[in-house]
Amino acid sequence: MHRAFCWLLAAFLALAAPASFAADLAPLVRGLGAGSYAETEKAIAGLAETGDPAVVPVIEALQAGDLHIRKADGAVVVAKRAGNGYALTDPLTGAALGEADRNAVEKIRINNALRRTISATLGALTLMSPDANTRRQAAEAVFKSRDANALDALNTALAKETDERVRRAMTQARASVLLAGDAPDADKIAAVAVLQERGDQDARALLNGAANTGSDAVKDAATKAIASVEQRLALWGAAQNLWYGLSLGSVLLLAAIGLAVTFGVMGVINMAHGEMVMIGAYATFLVQEAFRQWAPGLFDFSILVALPVAFLVSGAVGVAIERSVIRWLYGRPLETLLATWGLSLALQQAVRSIFGPTNREVGAPSWMSGAFELGGLTITYGRLWIVVFAFLVFGALLVALRKTWFGLSIRAVTQNRSMANAMGIRTARVDALTFGLGSGIAGLAGVALSQIDNVSPNLGQGYIIDSFMVVVFGGVGNLWGTLVGALALGGVNKFLEPYAGAVLGKILVLIFIILFIQRRPRGLFALKGRAVEA
Amino acid sequence: MLTRFFLMGLDKKAGVLLTVLAVLAVAVPVMALGTAPDSPWHLSTHTVALLGKYLCFALLALSLDLVWGFVGILSLGHAAFFTLGGYAMGMYLMRQIGSRGVYGNADLPDFMVFLNWTELPWYWHGFDQFWFAAIMVMLVPGLLAFAFGWFAFRSRVTGVYLSIITQAMTFALMLAFFRNDMGLGGNNGLTDFKEILGFDVQAASTRVGLFVATVVALAAGYILASAVVASKLGKVLIAVRDAESRVRFLGYETDRYKLFAWTLSACMAGVAGALYVPQVGIINPSEFSPASSIEAVIWVAVGGRGTLAGPVLGAVLVNFGKSYFTAALPELWLFALGGLFVLVTLFLPRGILGLAAQLRDRLPARATVTAKPADQKGV
Amino acid sequence: MLKTGFQSGFKTGRTLAAAAGLAVTFAAGFAAPASAQDTIKVGILHSLSGTMAISETTLKDVMLMLIEEQNKKGGVLGKKLEPVVVDPASNWPLFAEKARELISKDKVAAVFGCWTSVSRKSVLPVFEELNSVLFYPVQYEGEESSRNVFYTGAAPNQQAIPAVDYLAEKEGVQRWVLAGTDYVYPRTTNKILETYLKSKGVKSEDIMINYTPFGHSDWQNIVADIKKFGSAGKKTAVVSTINGDANVPFYKELGNQGVKAQDIPVVAFSVGEEELAGIDTKPLVGHLAAWNYFMSVDTPENSDFIKKWQAFTKNDKRVTNDPMEAHYIGFNMWVKAVEKAGTTDSNAVIDSLVGVSVPNLTGGYSAMLPNHHITKPVLIGEVQENGQFETVSKTPGLVVGDEWSDFLPDSKDLISDWRAPMSCGNFNVKTGKCGGKGS
Repeated sequence: MHRAFCWLLAAFLALAAPASFAADLAPLVRGLGAGSYAETEKAIAGLAETGDPAVVPVIEALQAGDLHIRKADGAVVVAKRAGNGYALTDPLTGAALGEADRNAVEKIRINNALRRTISATLGALTLMSPDANTRRQAAEAVFKSRDANALDALNTALAKETDERVRRAMTQARASVLLAGDAPDADKIAAVAVLQERGDQDARALLNGAANTGSDAVKDAATKAIASVEQRLALWGAAQNLWYGLSLGSVLLLAAIGLAVTFGVMGVINMAHGEMVMIGAYATFLVQEAFRQWAPGLFDFSILVALPVAFLVSGAVGVAIERSVIRWLYGRPLETLLATWGLSLALQQAVRSIFGPTNREVGAPSWMSGAFELGGLTITYGRLWIVVFAFLVFGALLVALRKTWFGLSIRAVTQNRSMANAMGIRTARVDALTFGLGSGIAGLAGVALSQIDNVSPNLGQGYIIDSFMVVVFGGVGNLWGTLVGALALGGVNKFLEPYAGAVLGKILVLIFIILFIQRRPRGLFALKGRAVEA
Repeated sequence: MLTRFFLMGLDKKAGVLLTVLAVLAVAVPVMALGTAPDSPWHLSTHTVALLGKYLCFALLALSLDLVWGFVGILSLGHAAFFTLGGYAMGMYLMRQIGSRGVYGNADLPDFMVFLNWTELPWYWHGFDQFWFAAIMVMLVPGLLAFAFGWFAFRSRVTGVYLSIITQAMTFALMLAFFRNDMGLGGNNGLTDFKEILGFDVQAASTRVGLFVATVVALAAGYILASAVVASKLGKVLIAVRDAESRVRFLGYETDRYKLFAWTLSACMAGVAGALYVPQVGIINPSEFSPASSIEAVIWVAVGGRGTLAGPVLGAVLVNFGKSYFTAALPELWLFALGGLFVLVTLFLPRGILGLAAQLRDRLPARATVTAKPADQKGV
Repeated sequence: MLKTGFQSGFKTGRTLAAAAGLAVTFAAGFAAPASAQDTIKVGILHSLSGTMAISETTLKDVMLMLIEEQNKKGGVLGKKLEPVVVDPASNWPLFAEKARELISKDKVAAVFGCWTSVSRKSVLPVFEELNSVLFYPVQYEGEESSRNVFYTGAAPNQQAIPAVDYLAEKEGVQRWVLAGTDYVYPRTTNKILETYLKSKGVKSEDIMINYTPFGHSDWQNIVADIKKFGSAGKKTAVVSTINGDANVPFYKELGNQGVKAQDIPVVAFSVGEEELAGIDTKPLVGHLAAWNYFMSVDTPENSDFIKKWQAFTKNDKRVTNDPMEAHYIGFNMWVKAVEKAGTTDSNAVIDSLVGVSVPNLTGGYSAMLPNHHITKPVLIGEVQENGQFETVSKTPGLVVGDEWSDFLPDSKDLISDWRAPMSCGNFNVKTGKCGGKGS
């Protein structure tokens, strides 16, 4: 009774107009376009007040930035891009209102505060949606907003809810509302228990709040709950660090694995390796541009198409470099260092001249965006796919070297060139293809790295040193060494980072490499035999 | 006796080079200070500073060639020694600013003042004395090289592994010096110097003085290096370069020979860095970047590895090209520079100074192939 | 050792050719370019290669455009302007060398250039020694005032402090993450902000400071730490002074880990339209930036500027950003000052620059102050889906650039005034003397 009264009063104040529960929403919608953020917020509150599901699409349109004001008469309309102008529809009825010029409408702007209000409002309004997923999202929104006004709706929804997961989300949302509001202690303590069970950072945030403000009994319960949540989080934190290490390791692996072929197998100190990665990233950009132009609907597949393209483009550049420069330098590894350094400068400048010095946008397909929770772990899809991809590339390369005729030729040529030549292997061709293979793999790495890093002419420079460290640490000429080296360095780096910070962590890793090489002067997996000395 | 030791290494090329340096040491002061600014013979401070910079790089290239051309150690981290020497000098110059900094703090450099440091870190003490800084210029790089070499040569880290860990060393130093907590100015490094030994660093006469000092240092470095190379010790070094295992089997403790050359080279690089800093007016961590070490390697290769005079020539030519192209072709100079490296490696494997020998080799069709340092394997 | 059959026959001819090529290349370097005396030269000192090319190349282009525009209007003092472009290649000693070359060899009347603080510090002694004029267009940490440098970017009080005020007032932020790249600008800005926040009653445990190296690309832990710090029950915001390159992976990680602007807003001081052009901004909608200019600002001057810029670059998608506006302001100020002085002589121009007022692109006027900084409005914008910012707050008036921060103990007593009687960059108001403490 008391709450209802407050509610009414609040509504009265908020609307500054007689609140009517009648279905006449049009004037309320018109209020959205009144001008300032504060007025828009009032109007949203007014719409929420009605509890009418018909307002949901209106607010959703506002959230999406589709809601505009028609300048001619001040009407609030949904305007969507159509050709050069906008196609207008009525936000409530969805009736078409014709087209308008770009200058004839003005967008209703929203800021962060409004965004929060909108998602809270939508949460409260969509708790009864027929779709279980929407209901769950609504519950999550209420959980975040802690909006006391949503409590009644939440109770009603909870009573009707049958889906177990949605029920849990709603119970947690209810607990969050209760804990943040002025509920009796018993309710609050029950809420603490629910949140303790949830046990993530959001729960801890709420519990922290309760531990600071509630009565003694609540404080007590909250403090205990926080301790238990933190223990759980610390445990997961260790696992999380392991994941970070794995994910950094796989990035290193991707960057280094092409070098393991050109440097490790062929002995070419390929300073232009980073530029091959960069070319792969730019190939991804071009493929995506093509998709944006001609098939925006298939954008999610652009990365898959980019893979072979990047491999072929980088590979072709690699073959060209081998045929024009490297082939004159076999047996003189140092000279390859100088020549490829020159090439890397020229390639960077070439890309800068063609694409400009600024970053290029490479989008993430929907299946690579966002994150999921695994227990207490937050795993982003992008990183997960990169880990999977790195291992796939590694596996494929291993198979190619071990099980195919081409791989056999490569091994034969690197082990004994003249003998291989005598056996009828066209060594020059094998050289070119091997270098192309290494470069192509670098191109594949470029596709993956374009998802997490800048696509700019400097992209390759950031990875070249790390790549050399990985290959040398693992042992030149051994693919398994590269795998273990990459994962070990990634893991050590991420293990040190929480204690030493990002910079010091990296310095320590470098010192570790220097010391490690003293113990094992030929890397982790050293090749044995006389060939090493040659 | 000692004179003989120093003079025995000098050949015809050395004569030419030392003559050129002597001419420079006389002509530059005369042209910069003794002529009217509008005279066609006048050298602007810009040119003097530029020449001084090239010669500092030449000394760095010379020191690198001593280990690479004669001992076969390819260092991809020689800029680290150069930069450490530079920092030692920079710290001295910072302390000379005294209370002329923007905050007027007599003890603390400006960058410490606005980051709320209250006292000078311990490693800054002593740098207000020139003699101390001068010792540190050689001692710090020398000690680092000694420690690094001691471990690396004893563990028989060779070839590309050694090159990569030298790169790791300079990279780690770069990251460390970038940290503001190091108390060495972080990314900004040390700059805004006022005076050296009481002379205004901006004054034309000081610049000429620094230039002459650089010429003298380069000449001294050259004489020392050629003496070392021509001595008995030098013969062992060259033998180590060509076949380390055989030398070891003959009973030489090769790691000691290598360590000596390596440490000496680092000290020379430190001196080059110390002379470089007052002439360009700034020292900062990006000098540690692996790219600058690789550039130094390229100067040596362009000039001619294993010739001592070659690196000097290479450093001057490449840097002159860089200065020229960055102004003349600002958008395209990287193509020119990159192309130059490719062309030199492809067509002048022994560098510019090796050109004559290369041509001589080709004229009579000889059956025996003389050992060429550039063709050596395993780095 | 490999010996390809190829190597034996060809060397002599090619070697000679290569040597000849080299000789020609270097000989070309000695030929002095003929200089025309009927133009006024303007130096452009921005990196066109190396790590900073990504930001600075645009500024070179905008300067070329401004000079071309001015020449269409008849140049300055009846002479055409001639741009002299050099590439300092993101190499700080090279900045000093190129600055010297521009001033003493090319005899430029003024130089527009530099981006990073270290490049400015590197060229500063050169400009003072040779008494020339530098216009520096980027927001920076302050704590400097040189007679020969005109700072057209924002000082900390023209960017950082209004942004923090906005977050505290409008978003109710009580807990602060100050995340930056480990160099002078973030360090100083964060020092200033820390003092400022504490003076507003924020406790030390509610401030988290984090530094990362340049070009940091693996942000997993740090974003997770921010999330953790934000889960303490108080509204949290991130104040980011993360530098250029590292921002893209940072924002990508934020987006992927689901840090939404409505939960933990990030306000950045180094992220402009150019940086956003490389990112998919959909997950970032609502994150903030504080600048003195946004491309989205709706004024006739700005749409004219954008139109000209896109026509000049022949690319209708090219964006504009804050440092470009700074160059626009600085260049117009210089033109006006030269015309006022009637000469390009440095001393006359330096004196006549103070007090010059020119239109900025956000619908007002910016004036050059006696401390060689300028007045600017401060805008707070939220990232939109199209990679633009939408202004959510604008200071009512112009903010005066404060070179010596009031929130650092050693600089709060300093002021700078380069007009005639005082003519000092670090005047101590306590002791009444020029030169820091003046003791």
